[in-house]
Amino acid sequence: MNSAVVRTLLVRGMLAGLGAAVPALAFAYLVGEGPVDAAIAFESANSHEHGEELVSRTMQSTAGLATGVLVFGVAVGGIAALAFCFALGRIGRFSARATAALTALAAFLLVYLVPMLKYPANPPAVGNPDTIGKRTALFFLMIVLTVLLGIAAVLIGRRLAPQWGNWNASIAAGLAFAAAVTVAMVFLPSGDNTPSGFPANDLWEFRLAAIGMQVVLWAGFGLLFGYLAERVLEPRTPRNQVPAPVA
Amino acid sequence: MAQSTAAPAPITKVAVAPLPLKSIAPWAVFFGVLMLVLLYFVGAEQGATSVLSGEGVHEWVHDARHLLGFPCH
Repeated sequence: MNSAVVRTLLVRGMLAGLGAAVPALAFAYLVGEGPVDAAIAFESANSHEHGEELVSRTMQSTAGLATGVLVFGVAVGGIAALAFCFALGRIGRFSARATAALTALAAFLLVYLVPMLKYPANPPAVGNPDTIGKRTALFFLMIVLTVLLGIAAVLIGRRLAPQWGNWNASIAAGLAFAAAVTVAMVFLPSGDNTPSGFPANDLWEFRLAAIGMQVVLWAGFGLLFGYLAERVLEPRTPRNQVPAPVA
Repeated sequence: MAQSTAAPAPITKVAVAPLPLKSIAPWAVFFGVLMLVLLYFVGAEQGATSVLSGEGVHEWVHDARHLLGFPCH
């Protein structure tokens, strides 16, 4: 019975991820492709040896972009749905919808925004191919570290809440999280790869587009999945609607 | 339930019952891994590590990889 609920939530999470990836894809295409093209123009102008094109720019910026973003949406939607199944009823007295919104917010902050502050998204031409191994390892290390610190902060907050009250316990947990993340960021190696002469404006616009795309994705996921999850977990009519008498 | 039907429905905020871990675990293990494999192919294949030879996957999802924030090349 409960296993069937988890399966339904997982499927709905993947669907919500796919649904949220559609506006994120539109955002990436409309806002993000400009800075990508600008970066590629800089790359070509600075004599970067490029062999024959395997995939044309047109395909990369349309079908290729769509494949990546939609598959990403399905995958993170599924993982977020599993996290939601775990969080439901365990993080406090939140409804299914509120838990979905909090799960999406936590995923955005812990998997994207905070790690991004240390190792931000880079456009083409920014990043030395020789260091791809190190940069990939640090990128995923930062994500894992932030997620673990986030979970630790929630546990600390839950532990302190009975004595300190929810407000003070949340502040203490948030401060502990911020302090630990700051220490990690100070001690991890720098992610700076920007070649000299790369237009600062293009870099800023690219990163802004990358952040905006994740905001669209996670906001969409939180809202969509909250609606879908509520219909699984609380199928009764909402309180404010009096059910029509059955004739 | 000895609830009076005449009384207005009490607006009590009942905590949602947690789903038992036993029912989450099998889905989390199998689908969690499957989702991570999908993320690997979108985010990292033919970058730092390669399962498939060539550059086809990398080139196809190139723009998505950059915009999603994965280290690309």
